[in-house]
Amino acid sequence: MQMKLERKTAPEFKAVGQIELIRPEQIDLDNGCKIFCFNSGDQDLVRIEWIFGNLRFDPAKPLLNVAVNTMLTEGTSKLSAAQIADKIDFYGAFLQVDYGYDHSQVVLYTLTRHLAATLPVLKDIITDSVFPEKELATFIRNQQQKLQVSLQKNDVVARRKFNKAVYGNTIYGLGADMDDYKTLHREDMLEHFKQMYQPSNCTILVSGKIEQSTLDLLKESFGKEWSNYSIKADTSQLDLKPATDHFYFVEKPDALQSAIRMGLPSINRTHPDFPALQVMNTVLGGYFGSRLMANIREDKGYTYGIGSGSSSLSKGGAFFIATEVGADVCKKAVNEIEKEINILKTVLIPESELSLVRNYMLGSLLGSLENIFSHADKFKNIYFFGLDYDYYDRYTEVVKSLSAVEIMQMAKKYLDTDNFYKVIVGKY
Amino acid sequence: MVKFNRFTLDNGLRVIVHEDHTTPMAVLNILYDVGARDEDPDKTGFAHLFEHLMFGGSVNIPVYDEPLQRVGGENNAFTTNDITNYYITLPSANIETAFWLESDRMLSLAFSKKSLEVQRNVVIEEFKQRYLNQPYGDVWLKLRPLVYKKHPYQWATIGKEIKHIEDAQMEDVKAFFAKHYNPQNAIMVIGGNVTTEHARKLAEKWFGPIPAGEKYQRNLPQEPEQNEERRLTVAGKVPLNDVYIAFHMPGRLDEGYYEADLISDILSRGNSSRLYKTLVKDKQLFSEIHAYNMGSFDRGMFVVEGKPLENVSIETAEAAIWEELEIIKNELVPPDELTKVKNKTESTMVFSEMSLLDKAMNLAQFELFGDADKLNHETDKYLAVTAEQIQKQAKEIFRKENSSTLIYLAA
Repeated sequence: MQMKLERKTAPEFKAVGQIELIRPEQIDLDNGCKIFCFNSGDQDLVRIEWIFGNLRFDPAKPLLNVAVNTMLTEGTSKLSAAQIADKIDFYGAFLQVDYGYDHSQVVLYTLTRHLAATLPVLKDIITDSVFPEKELATFIRNQQQKLQVSLQKNDVVARRKFNKAVYGNTIYGLGADMDDYKTLHREDMLEHFKQMYQPSNCTILVSGKIEQSTLDLLKESFGKEWSNYSIKADTSQLDLKPATDHFYFVEKPDALQSAIRMGLPSINRTHPDFPALQVMNTVLGGYFGSRLMANIREDKGYTYGIGSGSSSLSKGGAFFIATEVGADVCKKAVNEIEKEINILKTVLIPESELSLVRNYMLGSLLGSLENIFSHADKFKNIYFFGLDYDYYDRYTEVVKSLSAVEIMQMAKKYLDTDNFYKVIVGKY
Repeated sequence: MVKFNRFTLDNGLRVIVHEDHTTPMAVLNILYDVGARDEDPDKTGFAHLFEHLMFGGSVNIPVYDEPLQRVGGENNAFTTNDITNYYITLPSANIETAFWLESDRMLSLAFSKKSLEVQRNVVIEEFKQRYLNQPYGDVWLKLRPLVYKKHPYQWATIGKEIKHIEDAQMEDVKAFFAKHYNPQNAIMVIGGNVTTEHARKLAEKWFGPIPAGEKYQRNLPQEPEQNEERRLTVAGKVPLNDVYIAFHMPGRLDEGYYEADLISDILSRGNSSRLYKTLVKDKQLFSEIHAYNMGSFDRGMFVVEGKPLENVSIETAEAAIWEELEIIKNELVPPDELTKVKNKTESTMVFSEMSLLDKAMNLAQFELFGDADKLNHETDKYLAVTAEQIQKQAKEIFRKENSSTLIYLAA
């Protein structure tokens, strides 16, 4: 006879053990370009990322970094935009350009057997882009149209206001407006391209099935045949200048929902407190069971979603809380957010909640290592901050051992609500 | 190639196990064979609202998320017009927790009043956030009823209107559960670092005792062939005009589906696609343009959507789209171009095998289509399509009397 099934009690579980990260093999090319290889032969495919540090922000020409990156697919001296697209698509490959706050990148996803056919196109793009006038005009016009649509979205407007407030007039604070596009000129873009997209400012990450021929191809195309420009890339950035005004309200009389974004300048990953800040953030608004979700969505039903997070950038960072709530409950939602922060600062977190958060975070770290690409992503998170793999050892150690008292200290230290920037778009 | 083992429990629950020992994680995915198409026309949005209620506690477990997070797991779910799908990922050592949680809510929900009240509000906020408070957000609320006159695809998963959500009552929730949420209407996929033997033991232990329930017999009004051109012009607070042209097309399992899917790739996939190259780049008429198919199980929808530049009239924009559609109707797709879209489909399949969760979801969906192994023959189906078949399908689809045009004007 079968024992009666005990459905009320959770099955036994095990804590997540040691988390193994795959470390890359490094190849230094003579021209200063570095290649990092993450090899795993399960599937016949490879992802190659060419990562470049953004050049120093020029407030008079604010769009150069993003425009040069976005337009890399729009023509070289040998290939037109159409020819680039044809070649990449024909081989079933995917070509992406991604602009980020600190770095911009070019990414190729391809079946390993088609690498020899697709790599020459990438070489052309990265070493010989020419930004044709006609394509630039199309780019500007289409971007301006898209911007008009984005500016109708309350969450987008809130994010732009917030970034401008906490980062000031820097590369991080930039929210392009229509007129900024008038400052884009082809000559400036060409010069920017030469300074930024050169070997000494380039890091290549290869992940997937890497064969000797893959590396030979890469070394040939991006080693000997690729030289540095006469001017070194200046990737230093302006210091962040948070605004003096702390409250921003953009009224939208017809809004059904209001976007709320609040927070303040904070630390980045290089700071010893960063892992502890992330634990505190998880408790507050970093997962589905977080206090903000539990209260503002699951108890009050004010929103479809609310979360908090910290952005880690090379010149600093920010801590923020973001949500969209019913326009009629906006003030109430802000009060509840402030209430939750206050509880975090004054009441010790119960042990059962803390152990749940620990396990959740470790499971989430383990789960984020889905495939070889994820291992490369973990490397990026430390490498560009000058950190080593012991960062992850420290991170897991902190997640496992941080005490309730220390979480309260983190909240007191990093959630200084008197210094919060608060942005509301909609009704208030 | 996604390998798997398969068995069925006595109560009718179909179980698929995909072993992948390269990961320390496991996935438990349950597909329920119910979507927004199964709703009563006066109670729309219910399948999706119900999905929210599935997280409001079950008969023996008062809260769903907490025990899962405690063992390092995460979960989510989504509802479409055709299916409702729930998934958990967690460290494989703790897979039993997933069986415990999922089996209890298949056994019975707690049917908490508080959960119903709160989730009604949450879904209403979702309705506003996604459909009403976004530029062009309500387009699907307007386009679907234009394209479908009989079939329940005429409403979106969120529902026709907020009132339907507000009106949802506890007895509706209970009836919906009894009708759709039982082993016979579900397919479970276990994936990751788990053996088939272990998965079978756990499935029998936790799901075996659940009563089979009644098999839901789907009998939906089918959409008749469209015989007249339909048009609707609306104005809204949006910055730019937007043109949508929607056509009926074959359903997911019908003949001609793969052709139609490749047609959308030829027209709009990547920067080498026809609509982008011709209408955005060469003729400079649109700032963006897309063509896609909704992948619907019943008679589907093929959509061409574009935002004309400010100086371009709606008439010119529409005519330019039709000109491209006429070309694909009248001229065979050149061999290189056909090879291109097939190569893209093939590499997309290879890349999708990088994700354990994607593999599990795909297996569940193809099992619903009759056999999970169809997933492994999907690429071949695309590769077998000829230029002649594409032309034939294009002629079928791109007819004025098969079109519904929605013009969204910037007011």
